[in-house]
Amino acid sequence: MNIKLNGNNIESNSLFLMDLVLEKGFDPASLVAEVNQEVIRQEAWKSLSLKDGDSIELLSFVGGG
Amino acid sequence: MLDTDNDALRLGDTTFTSRLLTGTGKFASKKQITPMLEASGSQMITVALRRVDPTASEGNILNYIPKSVTLLPNTSGARTADEAVRIARIAREAGCGKFIKIEVITDMQYLLPDNYQTLKATEILAKEGFIVLPYMMPDITVTKQLHDAGAAAVMPLGSPIGTNRGLEMKPMIKMIIETSKLPVIVDAGIGRPSQAAQAMEMGADAVLVNTAIATSGDPSMAGCAFAMAVKAGRMAYLADMADTKTTARASSPLTGFLRE
Repeated sequence: MNIKLNGNNIESNSLFLMDLVLEKGFDPASLVAEVNQEVIRQEAWKSLSLKDGDSIELLSFVGGG
Repeated sequence: MLDTDNDALRLGDTTFTSRLLTGTGKFASKKQITPMLEASGSQMITVALRRVDPTASEGNILNYIPKSVTLLPNTSGARTADEAVRIARIAREAGCGKFIKIEVITDMQYLLPDNYQTLKATEILAKEGFIVLPYMMPDITVTKQLHDAGAAAVMPLGSPIGTNRGLEMKPMIKMIIETSKLPVIVDAGIGRPSQAAQAMEMGADAVLVNTAIATSGDPSMAGCAFAMAVKAGRMAYLADMADTKTTARASSPLTGFLRE
């Protein structure tokens, strides 16, 4: 299915949000996820199923003033 | 030495004994952040939110901030009130607590804050229970409006972000300090401990220093220097220093025994 991840259109076979995070090689512990502009708590990542056309933002805290 | 620990800074429902806020931007290595916090005694530090960078090498920045230090996520990158609100909600959901530094910037040359969008975001987020610290262009009318909108403090800039030029906005900040019911935290542009001391002597409640500490040759030493300057400035303010005079006033008796 087609998903927009951090602004880029990608093709993914991941069924759940957690699968996508791992597929992309990210460490889930340091991430914040937003699906269609709704923040999804980490506990729900394993059960949140992805749909074609979902817009996903994977964010992390960085240095800033 | 005189103890000033009972002279606490209150922001929302939280009190701080340190009046030096710091930031996590621009450090050569994130590993410098933990010792800097220890050396400076800073109890609140800013962080930012960005799209994840798969090439980041040193891991999660939050791992370098002790739990005893309050996180102040900022909304940098936001160009509208709605974007700032979205970042604030994400930060809170991510477990960063209820403090938020609103930073809405549309001017990309000087990075000056957009007071109108900042005010709109403050109004929304204060209603949602955030402790809102808005970064703002020094303006006493906007300060009053931010107060009415529920801000917990105002953060007028000293000079543009990262310039180290100090209190170029001094007269305006002074007016805010004189008239504001909210704590005043001078943010941005403070490049030297002497400038931080000057802000505190003037009656600012706190200062936020990031670039000057992070880009110094020794962030821990610089952090400590800023902490001491902030404390010295605060104590000078509390001591109610005498006015300057245009003519000399002798400190020693001039009448003596040497001549009639």
